[in-house]
Amino acid sequence: MIDLENISFDHCIKCTVCTIYCPVARVTHHFPGPKQSGPDTERLRIKNPELLDDSLRYCTNCKRCEIACPSNVKIADIIQSSKWKYFKKKFRIRDYFLSHTDLMGSVAVNYATLVNFFTGLPPVKFLLDAVFLIPSKRTFPKYARGTFRKWFRKYAQKKQAAFGTRVTYFHGCFVNYNDHSLGKDLVTVLNAMNIGVDITRERCCGVPLIANGYIGKARKNARYNIASLQKAVVDPGSRIVTTSSSCAFALKYEYANLLEMDNSSIFNQLNYITRFIYDQFQAGNAPPMKPVTIRAAYHSPCHLERMGGVIHTIDVLRRVPGLELQILHSECCGIAGTYGFKKEYYDVSQKVGGALFKRIERVRPDFVITDCETCKWQIEMSTPYKVLHPVNILARAFER
Amino acid sequence: MKRIETDVIIIGGGATGCGTLRDLALRGIKAVLIEKNDIASGTTGRNHGLLHSGARYAVNDLESAMECIAENRILKKIARHCIEDTGGLFVTLPEDDPGYHQKLVEHCRYARIDCEEISIGKALRIEPNLNPAALSALRVPDGTIDPFRLVSSNVLDAQERGARIFTHTFVTAVIQEGSRVTGVRCHDTGTREDFEVYGQVVINASGVWGQRICALAGVELKMFPSKGAMVIIDYRINNVVVNRCRVPSDGDIIVPGDTVSLIGTTSKKIDYSQIEELSIDDSEIEVLLADGEKLIPNISRTRVLRAYSGVRPLIAVSGDVDGREISRGIVLIDHAARDGVEGFITIAGGKLMTYRLMAQMTTDLACKKLDSSRKCSTHREPLPGSELKSMPGKHIKFFSGIPQSVVGSTLYRHGERVRQILSLSKRNYALICECEMVCEGEVEYAIRHLNVKDLVDLRRRTRIGMGPCQGELCSYRAAGLFARLNVATSAESNGMLVDFLEERWKGMKPILWGDGLREAEFTHWIYQGLFGLGDVNLPGEEESL
Repeated sequence: MIDLENISFDHCIKCTVCTIYCPVARVTHHFPGPKQSGPDTERLRIKNPELLDDSLRYCTNCKRCEIACPSNVKIADIIQSSKWKYFKKKFRIRDYFLSHTDLMGSVAVNYATLVNFFTGLPPVKFLLDAVFLIPSKRTFPKYARGTFRKWFRKYAQKKQAAFGTRVTYFHGCFVNYNDHSLGKDLVTVLNAMNIGVDITRERCCGVPLIANGYIGKARKNARYNIASLQKAVVDPGSRIVTTSSSCAFALKYEYANLLEMDNSSIFNQLNYITRFIYDQFQAGNAPPMKPVTIRAAYHSPCHLERMGGVIHTIDVLRRVPGLELQILHSECCGIAGTYGFKKEYYDVSQKVGGALFKRIERVRPDFVITDCETCKWQIEMSTPYKVLHPVNILARAFER
Repeated sequence: MKRIETDVIIIGGGATGCGTLRDLALRGIKAVLIEKNDIASGTTGRNHGLLHSGARYAVNDLESAMECIAENRILKKIARHCIEDTGGLFVTLPEDDPGYHQKLVEHCRYARIDCEEISIGKALRIEPNLNPAALSALRVPDGTIDPFRLVSSNVLDAQERGARIFTHTFVTAVIQEGSRVTGVRCHDTGTREDFEVYGQVVINASGVWGQRICALAGVELKMFPSKGAMVIIDYRINNVVVNRCRVPSDGDIIVPGDTVSLIGTTSKKIDYSQIEELSIDDSEIEVLLADGEKLIPNISRTRVLRAYSGVRPLIAVSGDVDGREISRGIVLIDHAARDGVEGFITIAGGKLMTYRLMAQMTTDLACKKLDSSRKCSTHREPLPGSELKSMPGKHIKFFSGIPQSVVGSTLYRHGERVRQILSLSKRNYALICECEMVCEGEVEYAIRHLNVKDLVDLRRRTRIGMGPCQGELCSYRAAGLFARLNVATSAESNGMLVDFLEERWKGMKPILWGDGLREAEFTHWIYQGLFGLGDVNLPGEEESL
């Protein structure tokens, strides 16, 4: 059956520039590149779904092909939807756990110390490698104790009522279960700009679910999030921000293009945080900043590139006095969410990131700055540098 | 001058000629086929590739309809890898005469064509892209047939049984001794050699070009050329054949053909002098697209790849009107009885669907002349590649390591012969054509075993250059292979490349707009701008400084 909603493959003129920009095709011959995996073979799959190539699994959904495409072909979307439309559904316990981040997180935060201790133990890692095909070389992200939501309700929520302007914060799983400090810093930054923070009910944005083929669940989460968020932005002036570039990308673009959900009610009001701050700065809401005298290398995540949001982050960071910013050549770090956590793709993942790691080492920064949490894990694991979020930097600049 | 002796000489490498070659070979009779261009390069390869159920003819021409359904059932058995049993629909649109539906049902019943009346809901489930405004739908056993593969398989089988074939070879004279035709004189355009072939029977199976062959033998035969144009859509927009349920007219069928869909056809009387240089008018394209859109509305949003036309080889037997009313029936002429010329047979009329039957009739007549009593077995013997029911899973497993899309596509095109084509060496499955998944192994196989002399021939055997890019990425790679396999010099390869691109260009010219235009511009930029193909030395040209 032909789904005519996405016939963008019809516009491909085979210029192959997407394959030139594909970070995976560059490092492995197992992936023939986005042109062949997307528009070329989509025609064949329409004819006969049996002509589906296994190599499609190598796509990380980084979307760099779509940025490169001069014909506006939704290459990565074609590949993702082919993956879940045509591959036989096989239940894999590993993929289930990797993709259900909020389920995993809500359990793990209660036993954070224990979980962090065990996932760091070599025998446990060996076991995970052997049984679940999670590479032992991979460092696991640490879980935080308790959730960000709990902290927010307890310590921050009351103060927010004092602010006349408030934004809704979609914190995402990473802030909620892994790193509260980013959420806390966001509250600091926005409060310093005289803006209050609200949170509303949310579920995982769906990025890992999409990557692992749990489309039904991803749609369910999308429906939940859209319903919850649109209640928060009934007033056309109200805004939603996220501190995860991939969450923002999913909420805005994957929902509409890949999951075919109507997110028009939140689309214009939802933005990645630096875009929001950039707009505020432009409008004159730019409180004085303290110098943050560090030397940092900035890495632009793929999904932020796809949204065209990198310029906002860079502009905002450049306003921080004392910050010496080296913009790294735009490269994929290779982790691609859950991709780098799978044994079969671990080597590809590290090879993809290799070029970026070298560039970072050449800069010898004090810190690396990036917008994406999984990029952060990858870089912290593969280089000796600590990775900060732009909001962490702003929080230092605004600290009283 | 070189001289070849044989029993039967066939002129014309279309479906009928090649079918006859195979029939003769199966009956153990020596035969030689002469084709002026490439096999299936004439009318055989220039139609919409419909495996007729006969329903299209049921109302107007019951005899043809019955021939069609009989051959339909045979071809589904002997030519599995050239055929897709997609099924077909006849749909009545609001502007059509609703009475035709009932008429068609009755005539189909009479012709014993399985014809099932189904609800619009069911029709939409079978073909989701169908115009939902349709009033009624009929389901018939239509399918699709690939004429190139069909003809190539016939030739392959015949050659493996000892028959000989000369492509790119003209017949320059018909040799006669008294009132008896004894052979033909030929000119090979590749080697530029002349040679003679002698045999007891000469069969003129050259379709619309038969008028000329007859003239060479001093016999008069008047052909009635009628042009039909078609357009090709970028991808397979429908999975079943969709017919318009009305009196046959322009633009009333959309056929899924391999990875594309075709809208057919128009019908226009042309002068005999025009048969070599067919052109397509804008008006024909407009009609085809407008009517195609009525059957499948989404066609308006799809890229058109190319337009082409063919000539129906109809023989003017009575007062002709516009080419559509004439019977497309089979015309077998024994010139001994008709004109007093012994040893000369003309087979014409008919259609791709009935090629096997035509071959059988012709071979029976030739056998009578040769005093042979061997019986026809082409209705039983499967073509090479079609021996077994296709089981893609089995082959994909066998060739694990090669991308599924490559194994599947090669299997689709060559049936069981895939085992002789693919191998696990990386060079073998390196892609040459990225749109249609043609790998190096398939190109080599075609060049070595399927009478490929140039890139255009290669396209007919493999689908190279038939996808959305129309030769943009595959043609230079394939041209290079001709040189590497030592079947052409590099200058000759360049010549092939130019000819091939010109041939592709011809079909794109009538539809140059939108994405097709962008693609053509890009192709031009690669070949003219990047490769400087306009300045490359071609065979026979002086070395320039």
